[in-house]
Parts: sequence; C-alpha cells; structure tokens
Amino acid sequence: MASPLLSRVSISNATAGNTISFSSSVSNGLLWRRSAAFPDKSRRKVSTVQAKIREIFMPALSSTMTEGKIVSWIKSEGDVLSKGESVVVVESDKADMDVETFYDGILAAIVVGDGEVAPVGAPIGLLAETEEEIAEAKAKASKSGSSAPPPPPPPAPAAASASPAAPAVAPAKSAASAPVPDGPKKIVATPFAKKLAKQHKVDIGSVVGTGPFGRITPADVEAAAGISPSKSTGVNEVSPVAAAPAPVAAAAPKAAASPAPPPIPGSTVVPFTTMQAAVSKNMVESLSVPTFRVGYPVLTDKLDALYEKVKPKGVTMTALLAKAAAMALAQHPVVNASCKDGKSFTYNSSINIAVAVAINGGLITPVLQDADKLDLYLLSQKWKELVEKARAKQLQAHEYNSGTFTLSNLGMFGVDRFDAILPPGQGAIMAVGASKPTVVTDKDGFFSVKSKMLVNVTADHRIIYGADLAAFLQTFAKIVENPESLTL
Amino acid sequence: MSSLSLWISSSVAVTARSESDHRLRLLSSSSATIATSPALHFCCLRTEALKLGAKSNRWKVVAAAVAPQNGSASDEFDYNLVIIGAGVGGHGAALHAAEKGWKTAIIEGDVVGGTCVNRGCVPSKALLAVSGRMRELQDEHHMKAFGLQVAAAGYDRQGVADHANNLASKIRSNLTNSLKGLGVDILEGVGTILGPQKVKYGKVGSSGNVITAKDIIIATGSVPFVPKGVEVDGKTVITSDQALKLEFVPDWIAIVGSGYIGLEFSDVYTALGSEVTFVEALDQLMPGFDPEIGKLAQRVLINPRKIDYYTGVFASKITPAKDGKPVIIDLIDAKTKEPKDTLEVDAALIATGRAPFTKGLGLENIRVETQRGFVPVDEHMQVIDVDGKLVPHVYCIGDANGKMMLAHAASAQGISVVEQISGKGNVVNHLSIPAACFTHPEISMVGLTEPQAREKAEKEGFEVSVAKTSFKANTKALAENEGEGLAKLIYRPDNGEILGVHIFGLHAADLIHEASNAIALGTRIQDIKFAVHAHPTLSEVLDELFKSAKVGRTGSLDPEIKSSPILHWLKSTPLVQVWHLLLSKFST
Repeated sequence: MASPLLSRVSISNATAGNTISFSSSVSNGLLWRRSAAFPDKSRRKVSTVQAKIREIFMPALSSTMTEGKIVSWIKSEGDVLSKGESVVVVESDKADMDVETFYDGILAAIVVGDGEVAPVGAPIGLLAETEEEIAEAKAKASKSGSSAPPPPPPPAPAAASASPAAPAVAPAKSAASAPVPDGPKKIVATPFAKKLAKQHKVDIGSVVGTGPFGRITPADVEAAAGISPSKSTGVNEVSPVAAAPAPVAAAAPKAAASPAPPPIPGSTVVPFTTMQAAVSKNMVESLSVPTFRVGYPVLTDKLDALYEKVKPKGVTMTALLAKAAAMALAQHPVVNASCKDGKSFTYNSSINIAVAVAINGGLITPVLQDADKLDLYLLSQKWKELVEKARAKQLQAHEYNSGTFTLSNLGMFGVDRFDAILPPGQGAIMAVGASKPTVVTDKDGFFSVKSKMLVNVTADHRIIYGADLAAFLQTFAKIVENPESLTL
Repeated sequence: MSSLSLWISSSVAVTARSESDHRLRLLSSSSATIATSPALHFCCLRTEALKLGAKSNRWKVVAAAVAPQNGSASDEFDYNLVIIGAGVGGHGAALHAAEKGWKTAIIEGDVVGGTCVNRGCVPSKALLAVSGRMRELQDEHHMKAFGLQVAAAGYDRQGVADHANNLASKIRSNLTNSLKGLGVDILEGVGTILGPQKVKYGKVGSSGNVITAKDIIIATGSVPFVPKGVEVDGKTVITSDQALKLEFVPDWIAIVGSGYIGLEFSDVYTALGSEVTFVEALDQLMPGFDPEIGKLAQRVLINPRKIDYYTGVFASKITPAKDGKPVIIDLIDAKTKEPKDTLEVDAALIATGRAPFTKGLGLENIRVETQRGFVPVDEHMQVIDVDGKLVPHVYCIGDANGKMMLAHAASAQGISVVEQISGKGNVVNHLSIPAACFTHPEISMVGLTEPQAREKAEKEGFEVSVAKTSFKANTKALAENEGEGLAKLIYRPDNGEILGVHIFGLHAADLIHEASNAIALGTRIQDIKFAVHAHPTLSEVLDELFKSAKVGRTGSLDPEIKSSPILHWLKSTPLVQVWHLLLSKFST
C-alpha cells in the first residue's frame, strides 16, 4: 500500500503466515510476538491548510480506491483528539478501515457525514487546534460544504435508478400502481447498464434503450459512452490498416505521429480518441486470425462505361463495387461466412457489405445491408445517407457493426494494389486498387490497352480456402467485366 | 520418509511439552486436565470431550455392524417407529432407528429425498459447481495470473440442467438403497395421524392403510414460501423448485430475497450470463449473516458482478410475463407501504424463504395446532398440543418444526429423537450446527453472530472478544489465487469458549467443521489451538484464527514479554532448526 496508512484489516499476517503455521505448534510464544510485531496504530495524513485549522482528507486506502464512504465518525464535533486516536471509519472498495489522526486538536466540523461518499483527497472534516478556532472552522466547513466538489448523494444510495435519473424517479411513484403508463416513459436499465453508466459517467436518462421492451442494455451505454461494445457483440468498426495512414496524415498534421521508442525531443503525445482506440484494439485482435491473400486482375472498361452512364442518377463507384461483391458473395456463401469460435462456420443469412470510410482522424465502416437484394439505385441512395450520418457521428450501432464482408477502396488515391487487414468477426475483406490503362495480350496474341484494376482479398483461412477465394474472385471479375447484371 | 516423520513427531512431543508447561505458568485459569496430562494436547482434548459427553448424555457411536433385517416390533404395534416424510431428516432418523434394531417404516407421498435431494441443496450444488467453473474460466485476469489461456468459455444449458437432474436422481437412489439395505419399509402415499400411535397412509382420496406405531416422527419438511400478491407461473415467475430445472437462463432476473437461496442463485445466474436485481425487504442485503461477513460478501459477491439491488422494499405484486409484456414487479416501501418503483424484468425468482408443509397431517386428531404452519415442539422435538402439554410418542423434526431449517439440522434432530425414545435424554445443540452458502467463494457459519453474542454477553455479564484472520496470508489460498476471504471467531476471553465462527472464503463450507465440532464437543480455544494442521492447507486459516485468540490474558501478566526469552531459546535450539529445515523441504 502506497498510502501512509496501515489498516487494521491488513494486520492479517501478510508475511508471518507460513512460518506460523507450523512453528506455532512448537512455540506459542511466537504467536504473541507476531501479533505484537504488527503496529496496531495507523497514521493519517492531515495537511495544513491554514495556520491552525487542518483539513482531514479522504485517504486513499488502496491503489484502486477512487472514492470512500464514511461508515461512521467515531468522534463527534467538539471532541478533543490526541495523536493516534481513531477518528472515523472509512469504507473503501476493499474494506472498512479506521482512520486515525496525526495531530492533536479538536474535531471542529464534520464535512462529510456518516454514510456519505467523498472522492479520495476531498476534505471530510476539520481539525482545530484551539477552541477559539472552532467557530472559524465551522464557518469554513459550511462554506466548503456547499461548494464541495460532489454534493453528497441522497441518503439511500442503494435505492432506485442511477443518480442523474432523479427526475424520472419522482413520477415513478404515481406510475407504480399502473402497470405500464404511456405518459413519461420510465427509464428501464439493466443492472450492468447502470453500473457501466456510473463508471463511464454517462447520463442514463439520455441513453436510448434498444433492448427488449426498450430497456437500456450494457451495449447501449457503451455505445453512448463511445466505447466499442464488449466482445460478445462482435466488434466491427474496423477497416484495413492501409486506409488509416491517409486520414491520419490529412486530419492530424499537428500530431507528430512518430512512435519511435525514445521520443524525439519536442514530440507530442496525443492519446487515442475512442474511435482510434477501437481501431487499435481491433487491429491487435485481428492478429489472432490466420489470414491469407489472393489477388486478381479485373478489367474495368465496361464497368467504367456503365459508371459514366449511371453517374448522373447518383450512383457511385462504391455502390457499383459493393453490388458486384454482393452478387458474387451470393454465389459463394462461404466467403460471406465467419468463424466465431474457431470450431464452426457461421453462414450469415444476409449479405451486408461494410465499406471503409476515412473520417476525421478515424475510420468507420458503414454497412450496406442486404446489398445483394437492393437495386443499384437504392443502394446508392442508402450509401449517401450512411456517409452523411457517419460524418455527423449519428450512425446507429447496427449501421456500422453488422457487416459480413468489407470493401476498402484506395483507388482514388492512385494506389494500384494494397493489402487489407481482416476485421475480427468477418470472413473476408476486399482491397480495391485504382483502375489503370494497361497493355494486355489476349489469347490470340493481340495487344491492346485496357483498364485494369487489381483487387486483393484477405480471408480467414480457418473457413475460407484458396480455391474458394479464387472462385469467388473469378465470379466477381466476371460480374465486373460484364456489368449489365449490376443494373438489373 | 516414514521413519523421518516418526523422528520428527518425537521432537514435537518434547518441545510441545515444554511449551505447555510454560503456558501453564502463564495462564492462571488453566484447567486441571491439562496439568495432569503433560503429554500431548490431544489427550486433553479428548478427555474434555468425554467428560462433556457424559454430562450431556451424548449418544455413543454404535460401532457394531447392524444386521440388515428389521428388528421385530412388540406385539402391540406394527412398527416401533413410523416416520412421515422421507427427506434428509426422516432418512437420518430411519437409519439410526434401524441401527438400533427397531422395526421402522417411512411414509413418503412424493419422492424419497425430499426437498434437499430433489429440489434443494443437491441439485443446486450441481448448478453451483458449473457456475464456479464458468466464473473462473471467464475471469481473464484470474486465468492470466495462472498463466493459463482459455478460449471463450461457453455452456450448454441443457447439459447443465442434466447434470443437476442426474445428481439428484443418483443421490435419491443412494438414499432409497440405504433405507432398503437396512430393512426400513418405504410406504408410499400421504401419511395422516389418526390418533395416538395410529397412522394412515395411501393416495389422497383412497381409504388407505392404517398402521400402528409405538412412536411417530413428523418430518414433512417445507415448500417455497410465496408471499401474497405474487403469481408464480412456473416459467417467468418461479421458485427454487423450477429454477433448479434451469429451463431457461433469462437475460435479466429479479431475485426476491437475498438470503442464502437468493445468493446462491445469483451466483449461478450471473455466471451463466444473466443480470440480477435483488429485492430485499430488510434494510440490508444478506440479513442473517454476521454483518461484517455480509459486508465483505457484498463487496465480493454483489458489487463487482452484474447485480443491483433494492433494499427496504417489498415486492407487493409480481405479474408473470404475458401478452408481450415483461415480468412486472411492483415495489412498495417495507415500512410506509408507499409505492416505490416498478421493475420490468425477464424473470423473477421468489426466494423469500420456506413455509412448513404440515397440512393434511391430521394434527387435529391429536389436538395439536400449528403456529404459522409450524408444529410446536419442545427441546426434545416432542410435539406440544393446544394445552401446552407434550403429546406422548409424537415428535416433529426438520423444517416442519422451524427450529433450524437446514437438512443436516433435521437429520441431527431425527437422530436425537431416536436417542430420546431409547431413553437416552438427548438435546440437539443448535448452536453447534453449521450452515453454509455455496457461493463463490463460500460463506459458512456456526453459533452466534457478533451482535447476537454481544447481546447475550450483556445479558449474562461476560466479555466477548473477536479474532479475525484473512485468507490473504494462507499459502494454499494464494496458490489458488483466491486470497479474498475472512475468518472470524467470536469467543469468551475469560474461559476460551467458542461462541461463533464465520468464514467467507475459498471452501469455507468445508472449513467450518473444525469450529462446529469444537462447539459440539465443548472444546475450548486454549486446547484446540494446539491441534496441528497440515501445511499448506486452507485449514491453517482456522489454525491461525484460534491461535490469534487471546484467552485468559490479564493486564498484570503479559505473556508477550514473558514468552520472549523462551522464544529466543527455542529458536536457538538446534532441534527446532532442523525441524524448520525439514518442514520447509516438505512444504515446497
């Protein structure tokens, strides 16, 4: 324990245990000696604030303690304290401990009363040196009491919904008699959701519940707090790592992105945003999946021609590629599958194409759901909406984490080919390079210049094998090279 | 190895003796038994036990093998003893009666084994065995600390449910076989007392068979108590009876009552992925446990888990899920009865205790009135009638009398009654009966809680001291990475009497028996503290506990100072050094 306090609880023979257990049957004396060897008294930190009025702070009783609850004041206001006397019992996250005074004096005022909670370091009481100073201390206490950092919570912290939902509790009184009132909707949050909300300081009243009966689930709170949902829900806000440098370089020029071990003098450290942290976490997680890559050249002259035709109708290249991929996936369901437990294939019932988008120093993958079923125009319309929502950070969880296959396109930067990292929870990801005029030879030996695009698919080899991927790519290439079917 | 240990034990005897002599000089209140037996302390322990045993007329163990055939009843009666209810209590009594050679019958209207085996302790232990493992496997931090790598742990609900069910059937058949093996007649049907020494049994509505018995034991047990306003549909609003079948694992379950049943189920459900909300009528969770233990248990078993709670509230109305609506629980303030809140959950488990099952017993035929359903009995478990008089030849044991609603207490009462009938006046010391809650980690207790002990002390004018030890210092617990835990001893410092022991920690339920046996045998701390415990074991937690108690210590005679010269002498003795060396070798 780093704090200067020794608790009574920790007298639990931390070191003596082993020796005692056998030597005690030999020597009883040793036992008494042992308990005597442990100091019964603990020290408490009281710092000088003014000349003679000292504040008693909430001590840090363990390394993980952030706040403490006053179990009871052993002394009451006006009691004369002498050094080493127990003054107050504090409940930490681990145990109840007696806190003792380090100074002689008079307990002038109790700032935080029995049963109340104060953060570590907050004043909980005032110690005056002489009786004359008691009044002064009291005045100070009432002042600091009103401006104390966190107002003490209501006396029954155990009861009812989490703290900020107070207004919702009041109407609950009348609501209790009627089963489900239609009036002001009662906030229903699961126990863990409430805990998370408290932990991440999320106002539970502002969270939209998506659970059964509209209740707030832990995932909802996590979404509201901007943290990636816990493992069970499958994390998908990932994108190929190759796409990341571009937005980072563009959007964060001031961030000296040099991760070299000995920091170069003058470099700045910028902590990850939540989104960046999620990306980082998912990238590390992806290392546990055995992946392999297969590349394929695709001729795009006809696709380009089609694009020119449908462009005025609002169709984007992304929509075209997503549609083509979805149609190919429909014929190769294994590439749309995922391996959740390392033991089985999970064949997804719908084909949801996630498309990586660089966005303000981060990455997000809005999902085109049922991309095989929607027609090209609807798909383009949907994509436009998703991108707008993503920019406004208004994507709902299912709109970015329900992908079954990811598409990442860096062709617009002139990248000819690249390698994508497979996001955890999906079977495959396609990296699309730029389409470039290339000299090609046909089977009769004639040269011609055609637009050629290299696509490279990274897949989970636990479920998708080389031949599967090659066959899928062949289908994909056929669709792109004969794109009429895309408009059907 | 064996010769080595022999040699060691002789050295122990030498040092132990010198130590005890030394101790005698220090403790003015030492009893004469110690003084007269300068050898090992086991002797004292045993003499003490026998002495007490003689005083309270404790039964002696029947060592001789008992013939499996039933003894013959006297001509007047069909049976020497008829027991109504084949739960653990009835079973214990029947076995003991059969050992005595009595012609014994046991009447069971449902299944042999009663609540404990079929709908209680037994299947719940199967579920808890699963939940303990799940919790461990899911605890990444815990696994990492061992250097273990485990892929995401999952479970198959039906498989878990089957384990519980199979265990219950196995124990049930064991119980049945043990009864049959000893020649106890198992009579099927509902038992009704027709009059003095006369019992009818058979299917409800049928005329039934009438038998006579010299003595009758009522052991009909209890059923889950369902408060009014609660509608149990067996699916979304359930009692422990249905919960043990584990027909579904709800996402969110409210558990009404935070006693040991509720706590155990919260352990099961949270390990299987449910979130839990406790509804407790009293002002704090886990009423009935020693407050300090309860507080620590709450820190470990409630706060870090996906559990929240409402205290000081009654569930005034619980409506099962139907018509697309969740389970709705109306909460009212326990004191003011004002509506407080409404919960909407996926399921509710009613764990508000158990109610005696004594209807249809024909108690009116022997002029006995139940009190809140319980059969009134005296300290010998003999039934008391309306006029407050003892009813001859009728006894009631177990949950039906409500003295201590625990399976093993019922069994102890049953054995005690058989002793009583055979003329060896016997009283069960309920303060020596341990109780356990099989959460992870477990909670166990025997005797009084600290507030109870202090109240008693105030009344009777003696002093109470408390000693505590932590699992954090125990080698075995640390090896298991389970250092969280506390053992607490409440005792009389003047004479070393153990008033209560409470344990929260790894395998607490198995550890309590050293304390409960000590209380049952009247062993004092100053004697038990010399008992040797294998190192390294969890039992050393209790060893430490007894050793840290300060018995007979007076201000004028401070053993700390006086013992130190001896200590130094002991430390310098070559023999002791060798002993330490050897032990350190064994223990590693």
